[in-house]
Amino acid sequence: MEPTEKLDKNHQLTLKEFPYTISWRDDRCTRCGQCTAVCPVKAIVPDVRVERVVSSEGSLPAPKVSRRVVQVVRQVNDIDRYCTGCAMCQLVCPNAAIEPEFNPSHKFLHFKNKGGDAYKRGGRRNDPSPSTLDQLKFTRISMLTDPALDAGRHEFHLRTFLGRILPPESLPLKAEDGRLVVDRKSDVFVPPVREIYPIMIGSMSVGALSPPMWEGLAMGVAYLNEELGMPVVMCSGEGGMPPRLLKSRFLKYYVLQIASGYFGWDEIVRALPSMVEDPAAIEIKYGQGAKPGDGGLLMSYKVLKLISSIRGVPMMVDLASPPTHQTKYSIEEAVAKMIQSMSMAWGFRVPVYPKISGTKTAKAVLNNLARNPFAAALSIDGEDGGTGAAYNVSMDKMGHPIASNIRECYLDLVKQGKQNELPLIAAGGVGKKGNLAANAAALIMLGASAVSIGKYLMQSTADCLGDENNRCNLCNTGRCPRGITTQDPKLYRRLDSSKVAERLVDVFRAADTELKKIFAPLGRSTELPIGMSDGLSVADKAIAERLGISYVC
Amino acid sequence: MCRLAAITASEYFSPLENVYALETMKEGHDGSGMGLMLKDLGGFAEPLKEYPVLSGICSNDGLKRIEDYMLAQGFREVHMWNPVIKPLPGVDKKDCYFAKFYDYPVSYKEKPWKEKELLLLGTRLALRRMGESDESIVVFSFYPDVITLKEVGDPLQLAEYFGLDRDGLKARIVLAQGRQNTNYAINLYACHPFFIQGFGTMTNGENTAFVPIREYLMSRGFQGYTGYQSDSEVFTHILHYTVNRLGFPLPYYKHIITPLKRQEMEGRPDRDALLLMRQSMRMLVIDGPNCVIGFTPDGTCFMVQDSKKLRPGAVGGRKGKYALMSEECGIDKAVPERDRSEDIFPMKYDMVIVSPGAQEVKVWNQLKN
Repeated sequence: MEPTEKLDKNHQLTLKEFPYTISWRDDRCTRCGQCTAVCPVKAIVPDVRVERVVSSEGSLPAPKVSRRVVQVVRQVNDIDRYCTGCAMCQLVCPNAAIEPEFNPSHKFLHFKNKGGDAYKRGGRRNDPSPSTLDQLKFTRISMLTDPALDAGRHEFHLRTFLGRILPPESLPLKAEDGRLVVDRKSDVFVPPVREIYPIMIGSMSVGALSPPMWEGLAMGVAYLNEELGMPVVMCSGEGGMPPRLLKSRFLKYYVLQIASGYFGWDEIVRALPSMVEDPAAIEIKYGQGAKPGDGGLLMSYKVLKLISSIRGVPMMVDLASPPTHQTKYSIEEAVAKMIQSMSMAWGFRVPVYPKISGTKTAKAVLNNLARNPFAAALSIDGEDGGTGAAYNVSMDKMGHPIASNIRECYLDLVKQGKQNELPLIAAGGVGKKGNLAANAAALIMLGASAVSIGKYLMQSTADCLGDENNRCNLCNTGRCPRGITTQDPKLYRRLDSSKVAERLVDVFRAADTELKKIFAPLGRSTELPIGMSDGLSVADKAIAERLGISYVC
Repeated sequence: MCRLAAITASEYFSPLENVYALETMKEGHDGSGMGLMLKDLGGFAEPLKEYPVLSGICSNDGLKRIEDYMLAQGFREVHMWNPVIKPLPGVDKKDCYFAKFYDYPVSYKEKPWKEKELLLLGTRLALRRMGESDESIVVFSFYPDVITLKEVGDPLQLAEYFGLDRDGLKARIVLAQGRQNTNYAINLYACHPFFIQGFGTMTNGENTAFVPIREYLMSRGFQGYTGYQSDSEVFTHILHYTVNRLGFPLPYYKHIITPLKRQEMEGRPDRDALLLMRQSMRMLVIDGPNCVIGFTPDGTCFMVQDSKKLRPGAVGGRKGKYALMSEECGIDKAVPERDRSEDIFPMKYDMVIVSPGAQEVKVWNQLKN
């Protein structure tokens, strides 16, 4: 006797449980097979089925029933091969015969834990609702009592400082014949400060990104700096950088990250004597907005020859960075020592700053750093940040929104009079809905000195398919269909690094124009409107109260 | 937009001259208020130069509270000027407008000037706080040789109201500003000119970066950086911060509020200093549109423009008398007998500095000096 399970397909999932269902049109499909070949998760397969066909020949109706075997494209109902909605099938289909459709009533998370394996993915928080940043409006428009500036005509100084800035009272200056000069005999330590573009490229590692993706970003950064004079800096992420780049003059455009796995730092330290330029800064990663309190993970199948040599590890092993630095004993000792050690490695010529994930404890970290004269900045990464690999629960449920976190930190610095001494870098969800410049401007007006972006760039420079409806988000699997987060040459050859570079330049040029279009009517051009919160409003009383901005309706 | 009329001279003159100059610019202001600040006093006040003058407005109850407080602090009143008010329609008459001259408390007589200065500042702020909730006490300045008058109304009418032509009130430097604050609530504390420890300024235009500048000043740990009913008050305090607190030469005020671009700093002997200031004092950078006119404790007067030169401003005169005005017609009224071809219209890099006693005028160019 057949078990009932097999007869009525019980314990099998219906496609209604899946987040995306495939809509396939028999009449349009040419059976070319491109869609099933390109699908990164094999969610669709070529299949056959028997069709009942009713036909009639001759002048009078004489229906005849026949059965024939036809080739079809079928979506599988295996949870391990769920359709991610990436729509690569739609992209390659020559005849518009196939597309995935989002299923808002799916029960995906009920089942994506087969074998007791909690769901892991790449991407960002699956929350498509507008972020706080997207709800903020710029309402203090210069009108009549003061002329609005002209974004096209007036000179704008869209630059910020990265590095610990001395308060005016501590500057080693002296007046000589009515002119101020630096007192060279003074023993005041003047920390290194870089003048950079206020939108930074956040930490995405060489291992997480494919060679053409990283190369494309790097080329774009070099072009922005050297051809357009826009001092955009890019963070290496954990895992070091190619030694040739470390020893090149381009190093000054990069922020080198050291994280809990210390991957890549053997090579960096070895390259130190041969460096012809200092890096823009050193970022010590203590946390990441997308997966706060969790470590990094580079899956073994991404650890191929290049990556293993850069990171100084064997090939094909999982590279897990612990959730925290193993040497971290206390913020006063271990963190301060780490900042000083990194500073010392470059002769105190390079700003060194920590990056933490957005958290209620950010103010405690901030206050400690404010007292540490070597801390060059604090980067806070909010819950809407992205990652190449993390547990879904970390991404969706852990973390702190960036808006209120950055605001309370800024106001705390204001209380101490140190709002210009320790720059705050805001990250996590900047450009979530595509409003890069507006989100960046809002964060700056809430108190950030700079913002850092990552996934927005993947989306806009390399057409990353991911979104807040869990579309694609395969970064962790090494099977990125766009060739962005993979070390598989078959996949990454799809990506043209020149096009990535070109798009990166497009993005920054457009953002630059948009920032001017925002700042000009607010009457700010010679300096960033850091903390100019009177220019912001929101149509939500609770948000207005929390951020200390005006409520409008 | 506010109209500004400052006159500096080697001889004492009546503040009426400033009011008449303001009147010529009437097209440009709405007659909604006036602030007058007199420095280096003449007339009846000339023999009283050493005594700090408390200027303000109060109710009868407020007057009593001021007197009690000052007595308790050990200040001894040596003279009080309270103009006989000629009531006018449209001007909301207060009980008492006053300039009270005090002698220092005995315990302070031998103290260094810095300590005396702090005492005066602290006393003014204490009185301000005492009368803030019910507006029974409004105090504008408490400093030797300086008198401040402010009221809502038309400047010419206010001159009549205060009887400026009657009491022989004179000075060698007078700042006058016409128009009440328009950007924030109507409040006498919002009326220019503003004063702190010997520094006075007035401004036309709106300060778009007001909030971060205010926050920065308030967090400097100096008790005098408070108030800010007007976005223009920060200009006075930045000046004070630059010269008094940091000890920078006056032209660096311009470098702070409108810093040079990085490429403009190259090759200058003070390049490194300017770069450090650019970083360290970026919260004090203004965007205008503003023209600032002011004086420093030694009697130097100046005019400075924002980095785009979005507001009018001109300086003209002759040795012994110079006018710093928002419009040239004001200069014509104040110093008609001058060579007009030598009038100065400062542009974005310029700071016009008139030496004490109006002996000399210099255009200090930020780019070239």
